[in-house]
Amino acid sequence: MHADSTTTRKAAALAAFAGLDREPGVAKPDPILVVDNVVRRFGGLTAVDVAHLEIQRGSITALIGPNGAGKTTFFNQLTGFDSADEGSWAFNGKQLKGVPAHRVARTGMVRTFQLTKALSKLTVMENMRLGAQNQRGENFFRALVPGSWRQQEDEITERAEELLERFKLNTKRDDFAGSLSGGQRKLLEMARALMVGPELVMLDEPMAGVNPALTQSLLAHVKDLREEGMTVLFVEHDMDMVRDISDWVVVMAQGAVIAEGPPDTIMSDQRVVDAYLGAHHDAPMSAEEFEEQLQEAEAELEAEIEEKA
Amino acid sequence: MRRAVIAFTAFMGGLVFLLTAPAWADGEALKGTLQNQGQPVNGVKISVVAEDGKPVDDATSGADGKWEVPVPKAGKYKVTLDTSTLPAGVALKFQNRSTLDVQVYDGSVRNVLFALVPAGAKGGAAPADDGGTSFWDRVAQLTFEGFNLGLIIALAAMGLSLVFGTTGLTNFAHGELLTFGAMCAYFFNVVVGVHLVWAALISVVIGGIFGYGQDRFFWGRLRRRGSSLVAMMIISIGLALFLRYVFLFFFGGEGAPYADYNAQPGIQVGPISAAPKNFVAMGIELLVLVIVGLALLKTRIGKAARAVADNPALAASSGINVDRVIRIIWTVGGAIASLAGIMLGLSQNVSYQMGFQILLLVFAGVTLGGLGTAFGALVGSIVVGLFIQLSTVVVPTELKTVGALLVLILVMLFRPQGILGRRERIG
Amino acid sequence: MDWNAILITTVKASIGLETVVYALAAIGVNIQFGYAGLLNFGQAAFLGVAAYGMAVTVATFHLPFWLGIAIGLAATVVLAFLLGIPTLRLRADYLAIVTIAAAEIVRLVFRSVKFSSVFGGSDGRQNFSGDFFAMNPYSPGTYGIGPISFNERVTWILTVGWVLIAICCGLVYLLMKSPWGRVLKAIREDEDAVRSLGKNVFSYKMQALVLGGLVGCLGGFLFALGQASVQPDLFSTEFTFYAYTIVILGGAARVFSPVVGAAIFWVLLVFVGNTLSEAVSAGMLPSLFTVNNIGAVRFMLVGLGLMLLLIFRPQGIFGDKREIALDAR
Repeated sequence: MHADSTTTRKAAALAAFAGLDREPGVAKPDPILVVDNVVRRFGGLTAVDVAHLEIQRGSITALIGPNGAGKTTFFNQLTGFDSADEGSWAFNGKQLKGVPAHRVARTGMVRTFQLTKALSKLTVMENMRLGAQNQRGENFFRALVPGSWRQQEDEITERAEELLERFKLNTKRDDFAGSLSGGQRKLLEMARALMVGPELVMLDEPMAGVNPALTQSLLAHVKDLREEGMTVLFVEHDMDMVRDISDWVVVMAQGAVIAEGPPDTIMSDQRVVDAYLGAHHDAPMSAEEFEEQLQEAEAELEAEIEEKA
Repeated sequence: MRRAVIAFTAFMGGLVFLLTAPAWADGEALKGTLQNQGQPVNGVKISVVAEDGKPVDDATSGADGKWEVPVPKAGKYKVTLDTSTLPAGVALKFQNRSTLDVQVYDGSVRNVLFALVPAGAKGGAAPADDGGTSFWDRVAQLTFEGFNLGLIIALAAMGLSLVFGTTGLTNFAHGELLTFGAMCAYFFNVVVGVHLVWAALISVVIGGIFGYGQDRFFWGRLRRRGSSLVAMMIISIGLALFLRYVFLFFFGGEGAPYADYNAQPGIQVGPISAAPKNFVAMGIELLVLVIVGLALLKTRIGKAARAVADNPALAASSGINVDRVIRIIWTVGGAIASLAGIMLGLSQNVSYQMGFQILLLVFAGVTLGGLGTAFGALVGSIVVGLFIQLSTVVVPTELKTVGALLVLILVMLFRPQGILGRRERIG
Repeated sequence: MDWNAILITTVKASIGLETVVYALAAIGVNIQFGYAGLLNFGQAAFLGVAAYGMAVTVATFHLPFWLGIAIGLAATVVLAFLLGIPTLRLRADYLAIVTIAAAEIVRLVFRSVKFSSVFGGSDGRQNFSGDFFAMNPYSPGTYGIGPISFNERVTWILTVGWVLIAICCGLVYLLMKSPWGRVLKAIREDEDAVRSLGKNVFSYKMQALVLGGLVGCLGGFLFALGQASVQPDLFSTEFTFYAYTIVILGGAARVFSPVVGAAIFWVLLVFVGNTLSEAVSAGMLPSLFTVNNIGAVRFMLVGLGLMLLLIFRPQGIFGDKREIALDAR
């Protein structure tokens, strides 16, 4: 039955993307997140400048791009951790510009971080419980009356235990989160995000710093999210992983979305190749490309000097 | 036993005794130091009358401006300064406060303060724009004094800011580096008897060694142990307390001036009147700041220091020996903080709390300019110095620091990155 | 050496007024710093505005005692908001600098000549504790065991003080066991993570700042009432630093550590102080030590102790090393 639903969910996602244009900002049949003209500048540097982007509901979308493409900054803006200079974006039709991070999370758009933020001096279980929403005991006055929140706490604990079991962290239940390995922390962070009950899960480099032995199980967990009806948007560098699990890929370079497309063909897109070669010095390149890159670098340096002056 | 009881009572009396007069004598007394612009004023008669109108005793201020009148018991006393005995050119700041009512507590010596100003520059609401000092003359004078204070703050702020930039340490013991320098100079000048110029030179060198030693044997070790920044901040508080009370132990709770340049008559330059030592001090301060600034901009080590302050990890990976740079910063920071302390001692008095008292202003200067930027600290400090002095046009002198600290808080509110700082990128 | 006198004063110090006041101030600091990770270096100001709020209401404006208490509490809350709104969104060290600056502002305003008609300048305010001692249920006499006894006034203030300490400890215990306390501890670890889980971090920090201030301000009331007088210099920055020393001595983020820490702090301070001054007058120390400078020695030891604690035992006497708020290793 599980396998069956896998195919249908995946098939549904793939069907939604079938026949879509490969242009940046192409319209999706049922977008959960719609972004318009989002701009973020640091001094004179434009870190993010996304004209239009839609994320399909129920799919796994990968956000890739060379270092410094603005992926993390874009993530920070969408989730309210950084402010945008211009633009607007809507999650399930709700405008989120200027909404603080905790409210964004409450609407059902929950993120994780590139550097894991396991709360190391809390136990694994406490980490999990923290994720639950609308807790009565989190109100100052009701906190003083244990009877008012005990029952809810038990329900939360039960839910947390189910998730811990699924993520194979149940044996670590009462350990301090600080004692977990890097990969286990990633798992904990994902499980904790699920305690919020999100519709859209945003993962910032879920594979960074994870022991290869754990990679497969992490991948399976990400796929499971889609099977449960959630939408996933993730930033990743590892192209193998992107090819393996994503239904659709969005490519960013120098702050802008430069291409979109299915994972198996996106890397052969000329714009993507250019973007990556422009940033990776170790890739083999022709004399013209080298020349071009040199000029670009010089122009950049000049701009920087001008700005300082 | 009696002594123990007295000590305990005084102890229970609270920290006020520790702060104002750490050594409580057995007999109650009233005392004070008369000063005009940092210079002692002598030959002024002070008389004390008990609450019931019975005269207690008189005293005349000595060459160091000090006077003391023992009183028979704790209680309320009226202390009167005989204005007719004030030297020419010196006046009470508040005309109506030549007689003060003061309370003397059990076993304590009570400090009584008479604020003196050059005649003509009276405090209070009415600026005397008839006769001698016009409003603009006063502004000019205050601007000068503001620069004077600002430069001292800037000297201290350079070191604090660079240490913060390179190590992330918010050093609450930086003020004690100033006190240390001032006390060293006092030791060589007053106790050993060397001329102040030489004493200052020696102290600056010792201050540098002190800074070097702190990093070599203390902060550097803590960094290598991986102490968190918050822990180090609180350790610096411990160090500050420790040093402050070591100074108190050896120096005593009273302020004292240096032996040289003490009662210099003021000279008039345009609208500004000040003792020549102030002009020379400002010249030296400016010179040192320019040298340090140029060193930061032009020399290899200066560039390395700025690189480390900007991004320690990147600097390390580009071949800069970060530990060495930090040590040099501590050494130079200690030396110029020492100089700042000496200059502060010259314009006020040397006391065990002087560094701590100015530390908040240094913080204000550093934050105003943007934490961790050396030139920001310079600009911020001078702004703080100017602001403090010029604000006395509107607010009472005793509250001038309040204004500066309020501005600090407002800057935090509207421009937390400081005047010259940049917005930080998250993530 | 009069060991008997030293011993009596030392034992008295373990439950005396200073211990009570510092314990309350430290419980407040523990909520803010130990649990929530807020570096409030202006705790003295919270005690100050409370004490002055009460004293000024009663002594200057001749209004009722309980109104004075209400105004003291209100002043504390207002101060917390004034300090918190600009700084709680910023980095931790900004809060440290702003609170320390604010504490100095408060002290300077209290002692200023300009406002002396209200606050009484550096002499402060007296004559406001009458109503409090009128409520004293103890009849005149001494209470205690043998030489360890207090007069009826001190007994009354200590009774109130220790009851308040018990209530505050109970409050902290309940709160830190609850989901509310969990959010607070999580904020101390990493506030971005907490934000990403849908918690309003700013609001919780503010609650912690206000609560810590209010607990501390009870200490301010007791300080003022116990001495029947307030003076601005009681509320200096060093007061706050001693409160931090106490919290770290006992172990941050522990319910009873501020109380035990305060008792140990004052016992040591009184014991060392009295022993040293006895030793000086008995001529047992080198002539470098005099009656005048011996007082400084014990505060040197406070500074030294604070440093050594953080370097070698950051979890304090009772803390669990895995759970401490400070990663000093």
